Amino acid sequence: MNEDAGPIFRQVAAEIENAIVDGSLAEEAQAPSSNELAAFHRINPATAAKGLNELVADGVLYKRRGVGMFVATGAREQLLKRRRSEFADQYVRPLMAEARKLGIPARELAAMIDEWEGR
Amino acid sequence: MTTGSTTAAVTLQDITMRFREHTALDGITTTFEKDAITGLLGRNGAGKTTLMQLVAGHRVPTSGSVRVFGGNPYEHDVVLRDICFIKEGQRYPDHFRVRDALSVASMLFPGWDADLAASLLRDFDLPAKRTIKKLSRGMTSAVGIVIGLASRAPLTVFDEPYLGLDAVARQLFYDRLIADYAENPRTVVLSTHLIEEIAPLLERVLLIDRGRVLLDADSESLRDSAVTVSGPRDKVLEFARQHELLHTEALGGHARAVVRIREAAARRAAAGSGLAVEPTPLQQLVVAMSLQDPADRALHLAPSTDLEEVS
Repeated sequence: MNEDAGPIFRQVAAEIENAIVDGSLAEEAQAPSSNELAAFHRINPATAAKGLNELVADGVLYKRRGVGMFVATGAREQLLKRRRSEFADQYVRPLMAEARKLGIPARELAAMIDEWEGR
Repeated sequence: MTTGSTTAAVTLQDITMRFREHTALDGITTTFEKDAITGLLGRNGAGKTTLMQLVAGHRVPTSGSVRVFGGNPYEHDVVLRDICFIKEGQRYPDHFRVRDALSVASMLFPGWDADLAASLLRDFDLPAKRTIKKLSRGMTSAVGIVIGLASRAPLTVFDEPYLGLDAVARQLFYDRLIADYAENPRTVVLSTHLIEEIAPLLERVLLIDRGRVLLDADSESLRDSAVTVSGPRDKVLEFARQHELLHTEALGGHARAVVRIREAAARRAAAGSGLAVEPTPLQQLVVAMSLQDPADRALHLAPSTDLEEVS
């Protein structure tokens, strides 16, 4: 985990979310335990547990008592929906800010994206 | 979010420790949370070792009270059995071999795990039959680490446990500590200057300076509350004024500041006003706070401020 990237529990949660979004962690599959995450990332187990619990609170994971945590059915769709709604804020905003700084009009930006798509 | 139970393994109440003219600890009040790993940080001479000695019952404070699991550790065997203190530069009797040190430790600590000790010896490549006196600095440190981990003491205190240890051995220490702590939670207090390495392992941070508490909080909320903003100097300073400025540097019209923000919205406000906002690593926060002029510290001397609300 990255010490320059804010709270570690959020990085843990984001990484598991990524795995669900890209399909490497399938729905109804078992998520890594807090101890496994702690050992893998060399982080405090309580921090790893906090990351997992946040995903439980969001309905992305659910607990099976005595067994562990599993990816909820529909979690991927839910995460995709959220990420799409955050996309403009996270990617378009900085893009536009930089474009404005350089004096690139929005039309030209759109053309660039079209051109990129064609590559 | 909860960060475990709020029960304290160690309670320090208004501790002052004087040595002749020198005041090593000056009114320290804090707790070490049960079954948490706490990092005791601070510059050389800040009072870390003295604080650990008090907690381990090796000293009596000039004033104030020390409670470990509810009892006074000083000369109380019942309490001391539960404490393993790994001192910086621990000395062993001249003729002691590695196995002799382990065998004494196995008698001292009721929770001693001989299998763990044996596997740690292998991990650290420690020759059981070698006289400790003949070991290198790093290997002597490794003996302390083996004893500290295998003691499984309910309170384990490591004072700069890795003098002379190479990067490989330090990583081994972190790995074994996390693995064993995860299976057998216990209270761990660790002092170190290698903050960057140890930071992800810490649940709580206690930063002291000149015998006083500068920071006493859970490390994740600290990561969330300290930001580094940079941009046009006047904008940076204007933002910093609304929060708690810890450290600032300027280069011409450009400035950078480490700031503790009071609420998450401040981050967006800073970004909105054209400043670059980045999280501040724990090590940078500790350095910034330690460099601050003591006269400017009045603002954040309130201890135990958990900034959970920040997220």
